[in-house]
Amino acid sequence: MSTVILKGIARIAIVFAALAAGAARADWALNMTEGVTEVSASVYKLHMQIFIVCCVIALVVFGAMIWSIVRHRKSLGVKPATFHDSLEVEIAWTVIPFLILVAMAIPSAQVLIGMEDFRNSQLSIKVTGYQWKWHYDYLDEGVAFFSTLDREHNAARRLGSGVDVTQFPDYLLEVDEPLVVPVGKKIRLLLTAQDVLHAWWVPALGGKKDAIPGYVQEMWFKVDADKAGVYRGQCAELCGRDHGFMPIVVRALPQDEYDAWLAARKPAVVAVSSEPQLFSKDELLAAGEKHYGAFCSACHGGSGEGSAAMSVKPLKGSAIAKGPLAAHLDVVLNGSKANPMMTAWKQLSDAELAAIVTYERNAWGNATGDLVQPADVAAARGK
Amino acid sequence: MSTHAATHDHHDHHGPATLADGFGPWAMRWLTTTNHKDIGTLYLVFSLIMFFIGGSFAMVIRAELFQPGLQFVDPMFFNSMTTMHALVMVFGAVMPAFVGLANWMIPMQVGAPDMALPRMNNWSFWILPFAFTLLLSTLFMDGGAPAGGWTLYPPLVLQTGAAFPFAVFAIHLMGLSSIMGAINVIATILNMRAPGMTLLKMPLFVWTWLITAYLLIAVMPVLAGAVTMLLTDKYFHTTFFTAAGGGDPVLFQHIFWFFGHPEVYIMILPAFGVVSEIIPTFARKPLFGYDSMVYAVASIAFLSFIVWAHHMFTVGMPFAGEVFFMFATMLIAVPTGVKVFNWVATMWRGAMTFETPMLFALAFVFLFTIGGFSGLMLAIAPADFQYHDTYFVVAHFHYVLVTGSIFALMAAAYYWLPKWTGNMYHETLGQWHFWLSTIFVNLLFFPQHFLGLAGMPRRIPDYNVQFADWNMVSSLGGFGFGLSQLLFVYILVHTVRGGTGKAGPKPWEGGTALEWELPSPPPYHSWTEPPHVK
Repeated sequence: MSTVILKGIARIAIVFAALAAGAARADWALNMTEGVTEVSASVYKLHMQIFIVCCVIALVVFGAMIWSIVRHRKSLGVKPATFHDSLEVEIAWTVIPFLILVAMAIPSAQVLIGMEDFRNSQLSIKVTGYQWKWHYDYLDEGVAFFSTLDREHNAARRLGSGVDVTQFPDYLLEVDEPLVVPVGKKIRLLLTAQDVLHAWWVPALGGKKDAIPGYVQEMWFKVDADKAGVYRGQCAELCGRDHGFMPIVVRALPQDEYDAWLAARKPAVVAVSSEPQLFSKDELLAAGEKHYGAFCSACHGGSGEGSAAMSVKPLKGSAIAKGPLAAHLDVVLNGSKANPMMTAWKQLSDAELAAIVTYERNAWGNATGDLVQPADVAAARGK
Repeated sequence: MSTHAATHDHHDHHGPATLADGFGPWAMRWLTTTNHKDIGTLYLVFSLIMFFIGGSFAMVIRAELFQPGLQFVDPMFFNSMTTMHALVMVFGAVMPAFVGLANWMIPMQVGAPDMALPRMNNWSFWILPFAFTLLLSTLFMDGGAPAGGWTLYPPLVLQTGAAFPFAVFAIHLMGLSSIMGAINVIATILNMRAPGMTLLKMPLFVWTWLITAYLLIAVMPVLAGAVTMLLTDKYFHTTFFTAAGGGDPVLFQHIFWFFGHPEVYIMILPAFGVVSEIIPTFARKPLFGYDSMVYAVASIAFLSFIVWAHHMFTVGMPFAGEVFFMFATMLIAVPTGVKVFNWVATMWRGAMTFETPMLFALAFVFLFTIGGFSGLMLAIAPADFQYHDTYFVVAHFHYVLVTGSIFALMAAAYYWLPKWTGNMYHETLGQWHFWLSTIFVNLLFFPQHFLGLAGMPRRIPDYNVQFADWNMVSSLGGFGFGLSQLLFVYILVHTVRGGTGKAGPKPWEGGTALEWELPSPPPYHSWTEPPHVK
C-alpha cells in the first residue's frame, strides 16, 4: 500500500516535471492521428475542419463575452442599456449558424458514403467477439484462431500482482496471435458476437463497429501500401468484467510476406484416418491446462476457485466437474441454464474440449480419474 | 433569541413543527408535509446527499485510474462504480435537485400559494428514498451492484446477479416519482398563475420547467417499458432482446435512447432557465430575446425526440438512417446557439457585478458551450466512428452535465439561498468555492478530450501506459473537485445558521421576478392573496 502511494507521489513529481519542461512526449498526446488508411485520413481531416469551425465560433462568442465582462461592469460606473429585443439580430444568428452547418454537413455525408461502400473487397474475415477475446476466421482460406490478451500482460494486470506494468510499452495492447492482413487490399470484416455486445476498433484504421449477437455487420479498411506495420486497438463496447482486457492487434504485411504467413498458418493436410484420435492422460492434461488458461480461467479462476465478484462458484470440488460426465459435457457444449454468463463453447474443437474437460475433472483435487477423448465430445455434440 | 421566540410563537399558530417541538412532531412534519417549500427543501437535501454518494463512486473510479495497473478494485467492482455513479447522479442528484428548485420557485414565481396537487407532491418525493435504498442495497448483494453500464444494454445487463430486479424496480419507482412531479408542475403552471401572468410573461425558469415536464411525461414511461422487457427477458423467458429467440438486442438501444436523449434535455433545460434568471439580474438589464428563448427551448425539446440514434451510430444502421440522425442532431446547434447568443447579448452593455451566482452562471455559459462544441463534433457520424465510446464522449457529457447542469444548480443555490433562508451566505467563501470548483473541474475533464482522441475507450479500469499522464492529471482534478464540494456544504450550513446577516426581501439589485417581492424567508404560505401582475 505504502509503495503504491510512494510510486504515486513519484509519478506526480514526474508529471509536473514533464509539464514544466514542456516535454512533447507522445504520452501527452492531444489529438487524433491521421491513421494509415484513406478513410482514417479523411476522418481526421473532417475532425480538424469541424474543430477549427468550433474554434472560430468560440473566438467570436467568448471574445464578445470577455469584452463584455471586462468593459460592461458596474464598478466602472456603466449605466445599463435597456434594449432587449431585435428580430433582425435573432434571424441573423439563426440563419448564419444554419448555413455553417450545411457547409459542414456536405463533406461529412461524402466521407460517410465512402465508408459505407463495401463493394469489391479482396479478403473477407469473420470477426467474432467473445467474453473476452476475439476470434478471426479467414473465410476462404480455412484459417481461424482466437486472439487473446498476452499471458504476461494478463498476469501483470491482476489486482495486487506487484508487477510494474510500465515495463510493457504495449501494456494491455498485446495478443497471443494478431490478425494478419496484406497492405493495399480492401479487407472486409464481418462482425458478430457470441455472448454480449463488443465493438471492434483500431484507431489507426479509422472507425469502429459493434459486434452484436445475431447480427452480421460489415466494415472495411485498406491499409496504405506503404504503411506496413503493427496497429493496436481494443474492444470499445462495455462487455463485462474483462472489457478492458480484450485487445486487438493487426499486423499489416506486404503481400508477399502475407502470402508466406498464410501458407505457413494453414493447417497441414491431415491424412484421413478411420481410426479415432486417442490421447494419453498426460497429453490431455497438458493441453487441457493450456486451453483452460486461455478460455476458462477468466471467470473460473486460475485454479478453479471461481470468482466471488462475478458469482462464479468454484470448479474445484464442484458437483458438475466431479459428477456424471454427460452433464459436464452438456454445460460445456450448450452453456449453463443457471448462469447465462456460461455460454456454449461448441465452437472449440473436439480435441480442445476433450482436453479441457479432462483437465477440469482431474485438476485441483477433483481426481475423478476420467479420461475424455475427442470421440466422446463428438458423440455428446449431437445430444 | 428573538428569532427563536418569533418562530415559536408562529408555531403556536399552526406553523410547521421544528426540532424544538420534539423529534416526533418534527419528523411527522417532514413525512406528512404538503407544503411546496418543505418538499422543495426535502428534494434539495436528498439530491445533495445523492451528489456526495455518486461523487464517492467517482472518486473510486478516479483513484483506480490514477495510474496504469489495477491497484484498488476488481474490474467487476469498477464496472459497478461507473454504472452506479451514473444512475445515482442522473436520477438521484441532478433530476431531484431541479424538481426541488421547481417546488420552491414555481409557485413563488407564478404567484400561486402552493403546487396544484400537494398530496401527490408529498408522495412523489417520499418514493425517492425507497427507490434509492433499493438501488444502493445492491452494492451489498451476491454478485455486486449492476455493472452493465447505466445504459443497461442487453445481453450484458442480463448477466447481472441478484441485483437485477432491485435495479429495475428502483428505476420504476424513480420514473413514477418523476412523472408525478411533472404532472404537478404542469398543473400548477397552467392553472395557478396569478391574474395578469400570461404565459409569455412567465419567468424563463418556469417556461423551461413547463417544457421539461412534458418531456418527462413523454419518456419516463418508455424507460419503464424498456426495463420491464429486460425483466421479463431475464425471468419469464421472453426474448424481446435475444436474437436466438427472434428478438433484437439493438431494439433495446433504440427504445433506451428514445428515452435517453430527451432525458439529457430534462437535465439541461431547467439549467437554461436558471441561467436566464441570473444573468439579467446581475447585468441589471432585461433578458435579451425573451420570446426567442422560449421558442428555442421548445425547438430543442422537439428535436430531442428525433435524434436518439446518434448515440448508436456504430450499431450499423443503414446509410439513410445515419445521414438523417446526423443532420437532425446538427440542427440542435441552431436553437442552442440562439440561447448562448441571447445570454451574451443580455450581458452586452449591462452593468455587471460578479457575485457567486453570476460567476457560476458565466462559467456555465463558457463551459456548457465547450460541451456544445464537442457535441457538434460528435454529431458528425464519420468522425463519431472514432469518438464513439471513448473518453472524448466522457469529456463531452461531463462538460454539459457537470459544468452545465451542476454549475447551474450551484448558481441557483447561491442565487436563491438568501430568499429561502432569509440569511446571506458568505460571499468570499462562495467565490472560493466557485474558483476551486472551476479550476479543478477543468483539470478533471478537459484532458479527457485528449485521452479519447488518443484512443482510450471509456469504461475500462486499466489502460496502456501512453494514457498514464493525462489520467493522472484528470484524477488530481477529480480529487480536488470532490473536496471543493465539502466547502459548499459548509457554506450551506453556515447560511442556514445565520450566515453573514439578514438578506432582506431583495438581496440582488437587479431581481425582477415575483419571488423578490416576498419577504426573506417567505412566509410558510406565500401568495395566499395572489399578486397582481402588470
